[in-house]
Amino acid sequence: MIAGSMHSDDVRDLYRDLILDHARSPRHFGKLEHVTHSAEGINPLCGDKLRLYLDVDADENIRSAAFEGSGCAISVASASLLTDAVIGLSSDDAMAIFDAVTAQLSGDDSRDDKTVDLGKLRALAGVREYPTRVKCATLAWHALKSALRQDTAPASTE
Amino acid sequence: MTHARQLTDAQSVVAACRADFPALDQEVNGHRLVYLDSAASAQQPSAVIDAIARYERHDHANVHRGVHTLSHRATDAYEGARAMLRAFINASSTSEVVFTSGTTESINLVAQSFCRPKLGPGDKVLISHLEHHANIVPWQLVCEQTGAELVVAPINERGEIELDALYALMDDRVRLLAIAHVSNALGTINPVRDIIAEAHSRDIPVLIDGAQGVPHMTVDVKDLDCDFYAFSGHKMFGPTGTGVLYGKETLLDAMPPYKGGGDMILEVSFSGTTFNELPYKFEAGTPNISGVVGFGAAVRYLEELGVHNVESWEHELSQYMTQQLSALEGMRLIGTAEHKAGVQSFLLDDIHPHDLGTILDHQGVAIRTGHHCAMPVMEFFGVPGTARASLALYNNFDDVDRLVAALEKAREIFA
Repeated sequence: MIAGSMHSDDVRDLYRDLILDHARSPRHFGKLEHVTHSAEGINPLCGDKLRLYLDVDADENIRSAAFEGSGCAISVASASLLTDAVIGLSSDDAMAIFDAVTAQLSGDDSRDDKTVDLGKLRALAGVREYPTRVKCATLAWHALKSALRQDTAPASTE
Repeated sequence: MTHARQLTDAQSVVAACRADFPALDQEVNGHRLVYLDSAASAQQPSAVIDAIARYERHDHANVHRGVHTLSHRATDAYEGARAMLRAFINASSTSEVVFTSGTTESINLVAQSFCRPKLGPGDKVLISHLEHHANIVPWQLVCEQTGAELVVAPINERGEIELDALYALMDDRVRLLAIAHVSNALGTINPVRDIIAEAHSRDIPVLIDGAQGVPHMTVDVKDLDCDFYAFSGHKMFGPTGTGVLYGKETLLDAMPPYKGGGDMILEVSFSGTTFNELPYKFEAGTPNISGVVGFGAAVRYLEELGVHNVESWEHELSQYMTQQLSALEGMRLIGTAEHKAGVQSFLLDDIHPHDLGTILDHQGVAIRTGHHCAMPVMEFFGVPGTARASLALYNNFDDVDRLVAALEKAREIFA
């Protein structure tokens, strides 16, 4: 018998309590009353689809964020954690978090900016071991980037 | 769990064949692999893998071209596979067996070569709601090209085609009916023999998408009386990149070539001899010779096992799988037709199919998750996708138990 490659010992390293909590009870789920920026994120491979809404003030600070859509636990939890993380940040700081999160998910340590404190977003690190699921976790983040850049085309994982 | 069930001799023969499939003999994520994704692509027995290797090592040359020994051997192997496939589906002659790259190409060939010249505004192509994208998109394309209309027959909550509605849609503007033998997403076995008879009574030719039919049941194209039957090698234990279009000789004969630029090549009469004869008219270019050799070996393998035996074993397994899955709390089966093949789509609680797929993979259980290239079916059931377990002859009761245990673990994680 051929011995196969192994993931980390427990699938719970992917489905950590924090991830499951955000997947079950996503924060800031729904629309915003006042939207200045928004973008759609689509993962054509699995059909995950979400829309991210931002309320950014004149000083480029994110006053509020929300999302709606449907997807797997990883994509919903990631979107929920994103909204929690970026509210109150400047656009630039939010983009720094985007860079740090996508670096963490790609496993690219050279891009790991130690000056950015990921806090709860470290919980997404388990996804790295599951290459087929990385796109689920990055979906909302690409939508964030599109929204801040005010791209018109939906953010796609492809 | 033990299975104190009495297997018939025939079933025991099939149950013993698992060892013929080397890919099944491995661990994935620390667990013995349980492969339940054969509807996407089936594993290959050593007989197929070895036949391809033998051909590549000893016999490879181009077919139908050289006078040297290797070219003869390659041609014999290639045409030998065609002869086996003819017998396998009971076609009248090898002229009716066109090798393609798979079901998708077979259907596109019929859409472009058979349908396109016949279609114009007001004409219709009729399909059903449960088709795979490969039996939807080629018709959409040809309808766009010609101004014809694509008409879709409805299905019911069990995932069966509404036959009365289908028959009511068969009017005198329908130029072709294209329908699956077995639904890849739902497992429904359509009553294609009756449907074909009904269509023929109204002079409507019928194409059967047999990608999910041929691997699991005896297919006799004469008995079915279908006009075209399309299927793939890799779903019946052969290699990818191989397939067949069966077509009635009179129809194929009247059709223009499909590949190589079509009209242009006809005009310059570049290789009249190639295009003049069936089935070569539709096989322009050097074909996938080694693939077809493997395809032939897969047919031989199935015939030695006996397709009836395979059918009987899979029926037993399939019933067990449905029964075990139904007993799980939070289970929603999608596709509950009265006549079903060993394909079961499902949802568990509100766990997203992709999460299920990952958790099962972690336990060595391979299933398909997503829309299964049948987005209209998903839309009908109001779900973004499903998890799908599909059986083949090499699966066993233990595989089903492992699936159920893995699903129980998923429920624990998401509890």
